[in-house]
Amino acid sequence: MTGPIMRDQSAFVVELEKFSGPLDLLLHLIREDEVDITDLPIAKIADQFLSVINELGLNQAADYLEMAARLLRIKAQMLLPRRLGEDEWEDPRAELVRRLLEYQQIRELVDWLGHAADARAERYGRGYEAPPPDAPPAPLQIDLNDLLAAAERVIALIPEPMLHRVVPRPLDVEGATARITTLLAEREIFGWQDAVGPQATLVDVLSTFIALLELAKRSALTLSQSEPFGPMVITRAIPREAA
Amino acid sequence: MQSLAKLLEAALFAASRPLTLEELASLDPTAGEHAVRAALAALRLVYADDHGVELVEIAEGWQFLTRREYAETIARAQFALRPRRLSPAALETLAIIAYRQPVGRLEVDEIRGVDSGAVMDKLVERGLIEVVTRGEGLGRPLLYGTTPPFLEILGLKDLEDLPRLEELSVALRRPTPVDEPE
Repeated sequence: MTGPIMRDQSAFVVELEKFSGPLDLLLHLIREDEVDITDLPIAKIADQFLSVINELGLNQAADYLEMAARLLRIKAQMLLPRRLGEDEWEDPRAELVRRLLEYQQIRELVDWLGHAADARAERYGRGYEAPPPDAPPAPLQIDLNDLLAAAERVIALIPEPMLHRVVPRPLDVEGATARITTLLAEREIFGWQDAVGPQATLVDVLSTFIALLELAKRSALTLSQSEPFGPMVITRAIPREAA
Repeated sequence: MQSLAKLLEAALFAASRPLTLEELASLDPTAGEHAVRAALAALRLVYADDHGVELVEIAEGWQFLTRREYAETIARAQFALRPRRLSPAALETLAIIAYRQPVGRLEVDEIRGVDSGAVMDKLVERGLIEVVTRGEGLGRPLLYGTTPPFLEILGLKDLEDLPRLEELSVALRRPTPVDEPE
């Protein structure tokens, strides 16, 4: 069930990079259709814009959605009847056309600047220093290997297949509590694997976890991890009857 | 070669960035700007043909740069790194700021049709744009302009080197302010 959604998202990222924004996409459509930018066939362009952003998954991006809404509004305004003799009619497309022309000019400048930068890059100055690397990511306490190892351990515990079907499966917290209490009576210290038992199902994992939390709350045991994402160690709590 | 030209040659050789006329003139306070200009012209002539480097007017200053024909060889030998290319988004933002400066972020967003905050932060970080003043409007927004390094990475002498808008193929009138009758 998660498959198609994941694929859509990756396509979204890839295709989004082809256009630097909704105006770029609009210009692309206008060039493809070879229509006059100052007399924009708004209904046609609006439909194309909508179908392209749907196709590319760009309809998830706010900037594109805003432009889609704008196009539809202009399309609707164009359909309104014009009263005869009303010479103060303002073309609803005017603002969009102005922005498109302005943006088209910027794109031309981008080409010019790109060429200038390429030409400059062919000549070296003395003591050239490489541009500073990108800002370092926020410090993380764990490295990728730790994270992957932790994820693998969690995934390994989950029995396959993982179905997204909602089936009422009551947790057996009482059973898990009884099992852990027995273990506590036998051993002072044991691991998560001992607590959850072999071939644990998802329900077993959840039941055991809740039981452990509950017992920890009641001060029957303490839970510890030697490091983030490390294996969980369960220790029998020292009876506090003396206190 | 006269001694002033030799002094300028030494300074330009030592520097890792373009030196402005004022900076060069400060080397010899007795010389005067006119003499420095003349010496620079003479120096440029010396390096015009018979050298692997040439004296280039760039970023409101002067700098020795290698000749273009050696670009490939030097890059291949990895004696020097080529600067990282700017992304289309960065170039768009630079183009808008170069022509509209001083300009605020909202206007850049408006012209590009997308949020430009992250791109502008990056350009500030790379020293290609900087806050030059604050606007009059609501919240006194920060207004940005281009820096000498901007001219430097494009190999421009000054902002006048940018193409004039009317030279571009799209004839665009700037939005003319409409004087609404009250």
